[in-house]
Order: sequence, then structure tokens, then C-alpha cells
Amino acid sequence: MSEPKLSAYLNEFEDIPGTLIFNTFRSRQGFNLNQFCMSLMKEPNRIAFKADNAEYLKQWNLTDAQRDAVLARDWTGMMKEGGNIYFLSKLFSTDGHSFQHVAAIMTGSTQEEYAKMMLEGGRNPHGNRSKSNPSL
Amino acid sequence: MAKIIAGVTTSHVPAIAAAIDLKKQKQDYWAPIFQGYEFSKKWMAELKPDVVILIYNDHASAFDASIFPTFAIGCADEFLPADEGWGRRPVPALKGHSDMACHIAQHMILDEFDMTVVNSMDVDHGLTVPMNLLFGDLTPEEQWPCQVIPFPINVVQYPPPTGKRCYNMGQALRRAVESYPEDLRVVVFGTGGMSHQLQGTRAGLINREWDTRFLNGLTQDPVALTKIPHSEYVRETGSEGIEMVMWLAMRGALNEQVREVYRFYHVPCSNTALGHIILENV
Repeated sequence: MSEPKLSAYLNEFEDIPGTLIFNTFRSRQGFNLNQFCMSLMKEPNRIAFKADNAEYLKQWNLTDAQRDAVLARDWTGMMKEGGNIYFLSKLFSTDGHSFQHVAAIMTGSTQEEYAKMMLEGGRNPHGNRSKSNPSL
Repeated sequence: MAKIIAGVTTSHVPAIAAAIDLKKQKQDYWAPIFQGYEFSKKWMAELKPDVVILIYNDHASAFDASIFPTFAIGCADEFLPADEGWGRRPVPALKGHSDMACHIAQHMILDEFDMTVVNSMDVDHGLTVPMNLLFGDLTPEEQWPCQVIPFPINVVQYPPPTGKRCYNMGQALRRAVESYPEDLRVVVFGTGGMSHQLQGTRAGLINREWDTRFLNGLTQDPVALTKIPHSEYVRETGSEGIEMVMWLAMRGALNEQVREVYRFYHVPCSNTALGHIILENV
């Protein structure tokens, strides 16, 4: 195998529409945010968080943007700040929501519209493959 | 000596766990999905393996953001279902095979696959859903009919291992299993997939054509599948479609020649194209 080209590898993902790749750099950026989410795997922490979101968040050293995104349940915002969907799932599970609920929000559709799209076979890859070539 | 007798792939959608735990199996949405595993459960009940080596990915359950092991193996005697935010799943604890897992870990490291040895961890839906689908819906008081060695591969933090690396790792896993002195019959699971994207404006992407080619290739030409770059998985099958590299790890542990015993493909299962295949060594 030829020597891997990391920058070329990472750049290929940048051409894919509507997709954030959780790479090692984003993992560093989102570390505190993701660890806060992990804490919600324990019932006493869920109780404390539900009692007062903002107060509970103080101990996690989040950036202002991370904290605001959590309080607003701005899922796309949390991902942009380094959150990963599997970590964020602890937060939306604590809120009583499903992956489908959150996926619908991120696509800007209602859960009913999103569920209907899935029942009809899901989102067609055609036109969704490349930012630089939308006809693919 | 221990022997790998078959391979199983299946999606491990968390909504399936919720459907089982909330007893929704007979509902219109879920019935065809569970129906798709009726053959498989009978097949498994007749096969009666001693050990399942279950390749899956941890979804930020056992491993938090402080560590992302690329290839790991669970060497404990017992694994509890993880609390993923709504309490532990009401399924039996999994009995490991500590001695065999320790043998595999050491053999693979000497074979130049540097395994992370995990002596204590909980296992999430990535492992318990495939167990339910192939062994049925057991209560916590019952016991799974075989021992399980959890084999987590990182596909959460990029880059995950390449498909080729996973396939080669599967071959090393086979060599390790076949050098274990006890006469145990082993089934290897490769789980996750197929096309799905859980994030961003492209969430809900499904690519039936691509998935079908992948399913065909698994029997006919797995080496061709090992050449698929990560960017193609993401572009064609969504950011979480990358989980299919774990299917290649399973495939590497089987013979070059295999027979496809059963296949099931269903859209949608929550956000996901559900795929399942059973392969027997020829």
C-alpha cells in the first residue's frame, strides 16, 4: 500500500453534503461536551440534570457555544462544537427522545414527514453524494 | 481444536432493543422485521454453537470519550447490558469465555494484531440486539444458550480501521481460534450497517442498490469489498454505513469459499436499512 495521505483522506469527506465526520480533531474539540453526555448514563446524574440543566452543566467546563447548544437542544450546533451522535444520544434519551426524533430535527422536517420518507424507502442518494457535483 | 463453523451479519439498530423491551414485536411496523429472523433463530437453535465471537462497535457505552480502542476483546467472565440512558436492558447477563478470549488476545498480538484487552465492561445494544435476533427474547432470569466473547471495533471516531485491515484481522482471529486446544464450535458475528446516516441534513439516506452489491460481494468476492475506501461508505451509504467494515472482519474469519444460507433485507428499521446474512463454511 502506498503511503496514506491524511489530508486527502480528510478532504474527501468535506465534499459530502450534510455530513460532519467525527474525527480525532473534533473528538478533542468536543471532549467535555461528550463527557457531560456520558455522565447521563447514571440515574443520579440524570435526576440532577433534569432538576436544573444550567446548574448541572457548570461542572463540565463547556464552551459558551457548547453550553448554549445543550440548553437549546440545538443538535446540529452540538455536533458543530465537537459532539458525536452516540454521545448526544445519552442526552436525547434522558429527554425521552429517539434517534429518529433527533434525525428529523436535524433535517429540518417534522418527525411525521421524516418517518414517512423512511417508510417510502429513505432518502435517495441521488443528488446527495457530492457538494461539488450535485448531479451525482 | 476450536473451529469456526459459520458467520452471521446483522444490523444492530437500537430501536429493535426498544421494540423488544416494550413488547412491540407484533405491531405492523415491527412484525416483518422480527419475521425476517424466524429462519435464523431456528437455524441457530439447531446449530447450537458453544461460543459466539461477536464483533460490534461500542456506541459510547463501555468506552467514554477518553479512549477509543481500534480493536478490543472482552476477556471477562461476565458482561452486563449497559445503561444507555434509560436503564439496563432486561436481558440476561452474558457469560464470557475468559480462557479462550485471553488465548485469542495473546495469539493475535503475537500475530501482529495489537488487541486492547478489556477485563471489565458493559455491552450495549450493538451486542445485545444481535443476540436477541438470533437467540430470541430472553428474560433476565433465563440464560443465553452459549458463551459470548465481545469484540468491539472502533467505528465511532474517524478513522476507523480500513475494510482491508478488518478482513485481515478476521483472518488472524481465525488462526487464534483454531489454535485453541478445546473442541469448541464457534460462530462469528459481524454486526452494524447497512446504509444509514443518523446526523445532519442528509440523515435518512438509504442506498438499496449499494447494499445489495455489498451483500452479494460478501459471498462472491469479499476481497473486492476490502478495497472500498471509507469515503465511499460515507458517500454512498451514510456516515454510519461505515459500520459495514465490521462485516468484513467476520468474513475474514471464514473460508474463502462460503455458502449463503439465508439473507434478509428490510427498509426501514428506524433510520436504517436492515441487512442480515448467514454464511456457512464450505
